[in-house]
Amino acid sequence: MSMDGAEVLSRTVTQDEAAILEAWLASLREGASLQSGRIREAELQTQAKTVFGQLREALEGGLDADGGSFAPLRETLGEISRSRAIQGFTPTDTANFIFALKEPIFESLRRTAGSDASDLAAGIVAVGKMLDRLGLHTMEVFLASREEVIGRQGQEIAELSTPVVRLWDGILALPLIGTLDSARTGVVMENLLQAIVDEEAEIAIIDITGVPTVDTLVAQHLLKTVAAARLMGADCIVSGIRPQIAQTMVHLGVELNVVSKATLADAFAVALKQTGRKVVRQQAAPTVERR
Amino acid sequence: MDRIPILKLGGALIVTIQVDMHDRLALALEEDLTAMIARTGARGVLIEISALEIVDSFIGRMLVSIAAVSRVLDAETVVVGMRPAVAITLVELGLELTGIKTALNVERGMSLIQARLLEDDEGHGSHRDDFED
Amino acid sequence: MTISKTETLPVRSGDDVVRVRQRVRALAIEIGLGLVDQTKIVTAASELARNTLDYGKGGDVRAEIVQAGLRKGLRLTFEDQGPGIADIDQAMTDRFTTGGGMGLGLGGAKRLSSEFHIESTPGTGTRVTIARWK
Repeated sequence: MSMDGAEVLSRTVTQDEAAILEAWLASLREGASLQSGRIREAELQTQAKTVFGQLREALEGGLDADGGSFAPLRETLGEISRSRAIQGFTPTDTANFIFALKEPIFESLRRTAGSDASDLAAGIVAVGKMLDRLGLHTMEVFLASREEVIGRQGQEIAELSTPVVRLWDGILALPLIGTLDSARTGVVMENLLQAIVDEEAEIAIIDITGVPTVDTLVAQHLLKTVAAARLMGADCIVSGIRPQIAQTMVHLGVELNVVSKATLADAFAVALKQTGRKVVRQQAAPTVERR
Repeated sequence: MDRIPILKLGGALIVTIQVDMHDRLALALEEDLTAMIARTGARGVLIEISALEIVDSFIGRMLVSIAAVSRVLDAETVVVGMRPAVAITLVELGLELTGIKTALNVERGMSLIQARLLEDDEGHGSHRDDFED
Repeated sequence: MTISKTETLPVRSGDDVVRVRQRVRALAIEIGLGLVDQTKIVTAASELARNTLDYGKGGDVRAEIVQAGLRKGLRLTFEDQGPGIADIDQAMTDRFTTGGGMGLGLGGAKRLSSEFHIESTPGTGTRVTIARWK
């Protein structure tokens, strides 16, 4: 009498649970995940026990790893993958968590199937297929979580790197650092224009000392920002165009038709003047007394 | 048909656009403003648009043409309170609003117009070739 | 790419243009577009709806919430049975107009969208599709 893969597997994991679990944990301990200290042994044990329990229950509903009986198991594996992606595990470590279960189950199948070669073969094929599918699932969740992390970091970097500072009543400065692409310029532009509204600023100084290159695209982004600020009723001054950049811009034929000043200090002086202010020295500079 | 109310304050006309304007309403505003400038001899027109969630090319054209007509009638148009998102969109759309002065809020806009009225009172700064007084 | 929501709105009067703007705004908020992106797609929709009304003698707009992978987007299709456009390249050029407008409608709508597609047959009608992705 011969059984199908699901039955063989179900019988094996039920009868031989303790042995399989022990072998699996031993294999996991050898793996890099525990060595790196990113996860504690107790946590790994809990995860392995939970997954194994859910696997046993899932097998009662058949072998289809995408099916309904596997839903709780997929959920748990997804959770584990997600936390590993965030903790900085390698993809190999993450996938190995489930692939490390293969060998212990093969071993156990050999023990429980005895001499029935067709049972053994059916069981091995079934395990292989099912665990591969589950492994792929963990990888998919792992990658999606990574993407999410990267996306969030990108957003944070964009926001962090564009602080708008208030220099004086009604005068703002935006020191730009790094390369400007269109995604970042969008954030920069929005931050600056919102700050203009919040601070009721008449003048905004965009300082590009920290921008390595100004090509046609960057110039276009700057011009758009200046034009949008003007529509809202604020003036912009661009400062900190380095000599080499000025030269490159001329060679490229990039025109930057805005008020520009060499340094942030010069731009600030112009801004003060435009808002009807003047900086004066209160008293003569102290002279060094000679004996 | 509804119309957008126009207020007169000193030598200035003030309009606050509070609704999502359909095209007929925009055209009616343009007509009303022109008539009102001519009737009152106003020297400044202040249009407050902080409630406007979008300015498309139609409303943009209305603003540009109000400014152009006002100029012919010797009044200056100041558009105030444009939202950041609207300003960014207008730039992307390619609308420059030429000939229109802008200010952050009503207060700043009014002081632009006041400055102009003051210049006139002092009798200089006017570029017109006036008839003999 | 899957479509999770579809609605069709008529574009037959000036008031319809206002309604299209309001619906597009609501859908843009629904898929979580930022304020600037909302404003861009609503403005583009306003331009195209007015084109449908003024040049296409009225028509419909189909608004769809679409999903490709993890990204959500809003896709709008403006369709009319009007006279059509003989020279699309010319119509796309800024400042070109046959109707006394500013000639920024089509070019502007393209710049305000992540995707833009136009097809037109003289005598049969025009279909413009735009999309904005989150």
